[in-house]
Amino acid sequence: MAKRIDVDQLNIYYKDFLAVEDVSMNIEARSVTAFIGPSGCGKSTLLRSLNRMHEVIPGARVEGKVVIDGQDLYAPNVDPVGVRRSVGMVFQKPNPFPTMSIRENVAAGLKLNGTKLRKATIDELVERSLVGANLWNEVKDRLDKPGAGLSGGQQQRLCIARAIAVQPDVLLMDEPCSALDPISTLAVEELISELRQNYTIVIVTHNMQQAARVSDRCAFFNIAGTGKPGKLIEMGPTQKIFSTPSVKATEDYISGRFG
Amino acid sequence: MTSPPNPPPPNPPSAQPRYPVRVDLPAHANGGPNGDTPDYPGDPISEPYATLTAVAPAPELPSVPMTAERLPRWAGWAVPLGFTLGGLLALPSGISPGLVLPVVMIVSAAFIYLWSRSVEGARYALDRLVTAIVTSAFLIAMIPLVSVTWTVVDRGTGRFDWDFFSESMRGIVGAGGGGYHAITGTLIVTALACVISIPIGLLCAIYLVEYGKDNRLSRWLTFFVDVMAGIPSIVAGLFAYALFVHISGPGVRMGIVGAVALSVLMIPVLVRATVEMLKIVPNELREASLALGVPTWRTIAKIVIPTSLGGIAASVTLAVARIIGETAPLLITLGITTGTNFNPFSERMATLPVFAYTQNQTPGIARNGMGPPGFDRAWTAALILIMIVMALNLLGRLIARLFAPKTGR
Ligand SMILES: Nc1ncnc2c1ncn2[C@@H]1O[C@H](COP(=O)(O)OP(=O)(O)OP(=O)(O)O)[C@@H](O)[C@H]1O
Ligand SMILES: [Mg+2]
Repeated sequence: MAKRIDVDQLNIYYKDFLAVEDVSMNIEARSVTAFIGPSGCGKSTLLRSLNRMHEVIPGARVEGKVVIDGQDLYAPNVDPVGVRRSVGMVFQKPNPFPTMSIRENVAAGLKLNGTKLRKATIDELVERSLVGANLWNEVKDRLDKPGAGLSGGQQQRLCIARAIAVQPDVLLMDEPCSALDPISTLAVEELISELRQNYTIVIVTHNMQQAARVSDRCAFFNIAGTGKPGKLIEMGPTQKIFSTPSVKATEDYISGRFG
Repeated sequence: MTSPPNPPPPNPPSAQPRYPVRVDLPAHANGGPNGDTPDYPGDPISEPYATLTAVAPAPELPSVPMTAERLPRWAGWAVPLGFTLGGLLALPSGISPGLVLPVVMIVSAAFIYLWSRSVEGARYALDRLVTAIVTSAFLIAMIPLVSVTWTVVDRGTGRFDWDFFSESMRGIVGAGGGGYHAITGTLIVTALACVISIPIGLLCAIYLVEYGKDNRLSRWLTFFVDVMAGIPSIVAGLFAYALFVHISGPGVRMGIVGAVALSVLMIPVLVRATVEMLKIVPNELREASLALGVPTWRTIAKIVIPTSLGGIAASVTLAVARIIGETAPLLITLGITTGTNFNPFSERMATLPVFAYTQNQTPGIARNGMGPPGFDRAWTAALILIMIVMALNLLGRLIARLFAPKTGR
C-alpha cells in the first residue's frame, strides 16, 4: 500500500511567481515526514504539488519531477484524478460536505469516484474508516446526522476518515491540528502514529513539539525574504534535525530565534 | 512591560535541554539524545526580550463615559405618530394629502433630531435622524406597492369567479366569458421558456464559475450576458419574430416564438443569479472533493450544485416571476386569440398580460348600468398575474429554505 516519493529538482510557480525553488527530497514509505519552516516558505505549495492539487489554482504550474514508486506524476500521460485517488489529502480547516450526513461524508470518495460497491461493503468501509480515525465511538449513534453538526475536532477526524476511506497510498496533511484543542490534537497525533504502519504520511506543522512527537523524518524549509522563493534547507531523521542540525538556520528556527 | 524578565540561570552542561522548546522525542526516532554535543554558546531566552525595555508610555486618550442620558423609550414611535395625527386633523381644512405626508415626515425627523441632540448628544441624534430618513424612504417606497395591490384586488375580484377560470372568450361579445385560454397560454409559454432557458442559463453559469475561471472567453461571456440583461423586452420580441420569419415566413404567430423572446430576457437574469450562487460555494469543498480523486464534473454535479441548490432554485423561480408578466414581446410574437390553443407550435395563443392589454383596449359597451365588461376582465387578469408572481416568490423562498445545507445536530 504505502509508497515512497522522490522529488527531483522541483520548481513550483504561481503564474510568474516562483514560490518553491529546486527541491529534491526522498520521502520514505511507511513513515511520517514533517515539513517545518516559517510562514510563506512554500510548505503547503510543495505538499499540494505532491498530489497535483497545486494545478487547481489558475495559473499555477510545476517544473521538475515527483516520482511515486517509479511513476512520474507530471508525465504527460498521467491523469490527475488517478493521482489524487492514491495520494489523499487532509486540509488545515475541516471541510466536511455540508449537504451530506456523517455516513455520506465518509462514503463520499467511494461513491463519487464512480466505483460500484454494494451497500454492505460501503457500510463496512465507513465503519473501518471511522474506527481508524478514532471517531467511531463518538458518532456511531448518529451516522445519519449532518457532518457539519460535529465539533471542529470531530469534523477534522471525519475528514481524515473520509480521506482514508478511499485507501490511498499516501496521506498528505496540511497543518491538520492547527484548529484543534489539545485533546483532539492528541487524538489526531495518535491516529497518525497508527496510520504510519500502512501509509506514507507527510504532515505540515508549525508546532515543533508535534513535529518531534509524530515524525520520523523532518524537512526544514526557509525563505530568504518576501518575494523570494522558498527552499529546502535540510532534511534528515527528526532526532538529528532537532538535536544536531547541520545548518545554523535550522537551529535558529527550532530554538525559536527566527527573524 | 517595563522590567526585563529575570535572566534564566545558566544551563548546567547537558543536564537540561539545550533549547527553550521542550521536545519529547518519540520512542520510534532513531537513537537517543546524545550528551556529547558542544554547549549552546549564547543565552537563547533573554536575548529576544532585550528590546522590550525601551518601550515609551502610550500618549493619553480622552476618556469616553460609559453612561449617557437617553430619550424615553416611546420617543421613537410617539413623535411620528403625534405629527401624523396632527397632519390628519389638518386634512379637513383642504390641504392636499400629497403635501401633508412629506411635511409630517420632515417635521417629525427634525423634531426628534433636535430633541435627541439636546438630551442625548450628537451621535445618538444622528442615529435617530438617519433612522427617520430610512423609515420615511421605506414608507414612500411602500406607497406604490400597497396602492397597486389595493386597486388590483379591489377591481379584480369583480370577475374573480369560476367562469373566469373555465371559459375562454370564444363567441363572447358582451359580458361573461373568461381568461381560461389566457391562463393556459401563459402557463404553456412560460413553461416552454423555462425549458429553453434553464439548461442554457445553468450550463453557462457553471462554465463561467467552474471552468472559465476568468479566462478570456468567460470575460467576454460575462460582458455579453450583461449586455443581454439590458435588452428592452420589445427588442427581444422583435428578435424572436425576425428569427421565426426566416423559418416560417412573415406574419408568424406561435407560442414557441414568444417562448424564445422570453428566454432572451430570462437567460441573463438566470446566469447572473446562478453565478452568484455558485461563487458562494466555498472553494474548500471543491478541493476536498478533488483531493478524494473525484473528477471535476462529478465534483460539480455532486458537491457544488447540491450545496447551492436552494439558491439556484430560488433564482429560477425569481427569473420566472420576472418574465411571466412581459407584455410587449408577446404582443408581437403571439398576438391574441379568443379561443383556447394548447399547441405552442401553431397559431396564435392568448396570454394573461396580452389579454389584460386587449381587454383594456377594446372593453366593449357599457350596458344595464354596468361598466364595459372588458375592464373587469382586464383587472382580474392582472390580479391573477400578481397572485402567480407572489406565489412564485413564496415558492422560491420555500425552496431556498428546504434545500439549504443542514448544520443542525
Ligand atoms: N493562490 C496563490 N496565488 C499566488 N501566490 C500564492 C498562492 N498561495 C500561496 N502563494 C504564495 O506562495 C508562497 C508560499 O505559500 P505557502 O502557502 O505554500 O506557504 P506556507 O509555507 O504553507 O505558509 P504557512 O505556514 O503560513 O501556511 C507565499 O509567498 C505565498 O504568498
Ligand atoms: Mg500553509
